[in-house]
Amino acid sequence: MARMKFLCDSERCIECNGCVTACKNEHEVPWGVNRRRVVTVNDGVPGEKSISVSCMHCSDAPCMAVCPTDCFYKTDEGVVLHNKDACIGCGYCFFACPFGAPQFPNGPAAFGARGKMDKCTFCAGGPEENGSKEEFEKYGRNRISEGKLPACAEMCSTKALLAGDATVVSDIFRDRALRRGKAGDAAWGWTTAYGKPEQAQERTQERTREQKQEGGK
Amino acid sequence: MKNAAFLLLTAAFALGLSACGEYSQVANYKPGSYQGKSDTRPWEAGQFAGNKQAWEAALANRAQSQNEYKRTH
Repeated sequence: MARMKFLCDSERCIECNGCVTACKNEHEVPWGVNRRRVVTVNDGVPGEKSISVSCMHCSDAPCMAVCPTDCFYKTDEGVVLHNKDACIGCGYCFFACPFGAPQFPNGPAAFGARGKMDKCTFCAGGPEENGSKEEFEKYGRNRISEGKLPACAEMCSTKALLAGDATVVSDIFRDRALRRGKAGDAAWGWTTAYGKPEQAQERTQERTREQKQEGGK
Repeated sequence: MKNAAFLLLTAAFALGLSACGEYSQVANYKPGSYQGKSDTRPWEAGQFAGNKQAWEAALANRAQSQNEYKRTH
């Protein structure tokens, strides 16, 4: 088994926040903690792009490197998990993470008052017995041990968010990118729905013809 | 005097450079194990009861359902 990864296809993400809701519901994540969120670049501007972001389960995770209590570990599948019993809520991992994945139940409080760090577990639970009550309360549901993929990716309506073995996920994405050929509007957006550039050109030609005819009258 | 200053500068320069030595700052992790509380592996308990192959097959199957081209054709 290779490394588990998330991949978000920005051409498909419609910013519905279904992944965020699925995650919150699946793990009963407390108010104020967002293991996953949707980030939109150029929000409101035509051509805006959204991607769903959470812990990316880095191959060389900076959170693991900075943790003073060494509470992080990596599973055989490449999922970065942590032991909440050892976490002191110092917040170093939050500052080290380039994705803002580590979350704290008490928000931006003073050192030591933030509470134990919470983050995406790739729906793989934590260092407790698989499927146990303790595991659910501390880390959320363990879908991986049930042979399922993370809830966010499985719930994604446009399948923008892919999760699983890195090679499988990248194969799916490659297949998709080859089929759609182009990026941007040409892939799924305006031109696909309302006509291709050549059709638009024909329409302009028709319009100029009509205008000429009207001018001749 | 000049020689001493030169030597001192060279020594300071060498000392300064020695601070640039790069070494791995990441703790040595063995996949699946660390100093803390141990974790059961996904296939070890529950419905797969130690059958790793069955677990891998279930996950691979599930991953393919994300590819709608395979689902529809």
